[in-house]
Amino acid sequence: MSLLEVKNLVVEFPNRRGTLRALDDISFSIAPGEILGVVGESGAGKSLTGASIIGLLEPPGRVASGQILLHGQRIDNLPYEEMRKVRGRKIGAIFQDPLTSLNPLYSVGRQLIETITTHLPLNQAEARKRAIDLLKDTGIPAAEQRIDHFPHQFSGGMRQRVVIALALAAEPQLIVADEPTTALDVSIQAQIITLLKTICKDRGAAVMLITHDMGVIAETCDRVAVMYAGRIAEIGPVHEVINHPAHPYTAGLMACIPDMSVDRERLHQIDGAMPRLNAIPTGCAYNPRCEQVFDRCREERPDLLDAGATRAACWLHAQRPVKASGVAA
Amino acid sequence: MSTIEKAVQAHTERNAPPSPVDAASANTAPLVRATDLAKTFDVSAPWLNRVLERQPRQLLRAVDGVSFDITRGETLALVGESGCGKSTVARLLVGLYEPTRGGFEFDGQDAHAAFKTPQGRQLRRRIQMIFQDPYASLNPRWIVQDIIAEPLREHAIETDPDALSARVDDLLRSVGLSPQDRVKYPHQFSGGQRQRISIARALATQPEFLVCDEPTSALDVSVQAQVLNIMKDLQRQQGLTYLFISHNLAVVRHVSDQVGVMYLGRLVELAPKHTLFDSPRHPYTRMLLDAIPKMHDTGRARTPVNGEVPNPLNPPAGCAFNPRCPHANNRCRDERPVLQSFAGVRVACHAVEEGRI
Repeated sequence: MSLLEVKNLVVEFPNRRGTLRALDDISFSIAPGEILGVVGESGAGKSLTGASIIGLLEPPGRVASGQILLHGQRIDNLPYEEMRKVRGRKIGAIFQDPLTSLNPLYSVGRQLIETITTHLPLNQAEARKRAIDLLKDTGIPAAEQRIDHFPHQFSGGMRQRVVIALALAAEPQLIVADEPTTALDVSIQAQIITLLKTICKDRGAAVMLITHDMGVIAETCDRVAVMYAGRIAEIGPVHEVINHPAHPYTAGLMACIPDMSVDRERLHQIDGAMPRLNAIPTGCAYNPRCEQVFDRCREERPDLLDAGATRAACWLHAQRPVKASGVAA
Repeated sequence: MSTIEKAVQAHTERNAPPSPVDAASANTAPLVRATDLAKTFDVSAPWLNRVLERQPRQLLRAVDGVSFDITRGETLALVGESGCGKSTVARLLVGLYEPTRGGFEFDGQDAHAAFKTPQGRQLRRRIQMIFQDPYASLNPRWIVQDIIAEPLREHAIETDPDALSARVDDLLRSVGLSPQDRVKYPHQFSGGQRQRISIARALATQPEFLVCDEPTSALDVSVQAQVLNIMKDLQRQQGLTYLFISHNLAVVRHVSDQVGVMYLGRLVELAPKHTLFDSPRHPYTRMLLDAIPKMHDTGRARTPVNGEVPNPLNPPAGCAFNPRCPHANNRCRDERPVLQSFAGVRVACHAVEEGRI
């Protein structure tokens, strides 16, 4: 059974001029211990998907329909206090900027101990010991001394390690990591990714890794979901999606990324920009930018269809089997 | 132009001892030549605190003796992690900072001396900058035509309103925007379009040298591809020379001809693009290349990198990279390596010099 299941999730933002649909019919699942990557451009709805799962949608945003199930139980309609118990205990969260996710006025030890004692039946001394162990596990040198330091005394990479320790404090089965390495330098990013991957594998925690960096996804994830304009364009095993993209958007996106091994005079470019939420075209949201567009794309919205090893929301896969990416050339 | 040169010459003779490269002829010389460029910031506590708490002055050597040449029409990329002094170099080259030591020559003349003279404005016209954040570098209360026309008005290049208006249209078209966009405000554009507006603004004075400080870091990959393509097209059409600063090695590999790798304010390796990416010499360059996530061999365990960039206020003695370097020995801990040529590549490393790696 899958650990997390998201079924037909719709998130809306009502405003004076009408209702904006930020997430439109999103469905996916995460198996225990699996790392699912969620990739897309800014505004595609990646972070919103994460926020809906941990129950931190900012009003006026609301889950308009659909379900989020953790261990088969709905968590999208839990009262605030109930959700607080799930958050931290069953779902941990890691955000982009480690400085803003730590309280600057408390030592990191105090923040860790608070989280541990809130969720686990441990006394102060036991919680402190556990906090030190967590800091050690996340690779912080001299954890016994560092536990009493304040966030500003840590470097960016070390702070992100503390945040990971915080997310793991109550042994959650799912970690939602929203751009955990975006604020970090490449060499530190490599350390954090390796840490996140090994520490979650060791504890059997599943991870939903939200990022815009395809390289990070390629290296870390088991499966990946590509999002576009609040919808999932393609979802499948990471190797298949990267090497044999079935959706023209995925293919275009992959071709945009400068490749270290190929010399090209010009990069492939997808003309135009992602539509605004109040002007999403009918049919497939990608149709105005798609090079392989045909009539049906403009009229009817495609569901996720089987496309070889992956599933893609593209009418190309309705009539015939996988058409190789004509765009990537 | 000759009057400027005379003025600059006179100024240089008055104020500064001529550097040895001054004698080099202007024709074969590179467009931009930085010599021992250095910038130190005083980050000491206030005077009273220093006296009462007996603290010494604290100096931050943001850039510490960087030298490079850029040939006309080529791109030099500077890469490095945050705090290594890339952006300070950019700001030194456009004259936003005064160098503490050293200087740079633009087209054979000492640029920082020239910036101080009234004729120096002519030089500023020829050097323009594109900033990282297109949300912060455009005035939100100005419409696009005012933003793009500002340098033209400022340098009195175009005074006739009709000609000015035609020029703004041309500039907008050259970066792939429509002349109808001229009456819009920056907030009506997406990030990539805003970055194109700042490119159009930088191109307004018909510069020869563009300093681009992380021009695509704030953009999504598909938009980044659009902006990089425009920058390459413009370089081909107008023979522009770029200094391209980035921390993204894949982007650097795509745009550059030469690559300089910086670490704690110094250049550790300077090499032609293919040499650097195919056979990196300096251990730091190797580490950086190793740290890039690889797209196509998924699930590969990568070599973890140890340690972090040291505090620039208190850099380690000897080679700044020695605490993280797997090849460091006693010499690396004592003696600072200088940039030396090894078969066309310039590397600052004792281990490379001694043939240990």
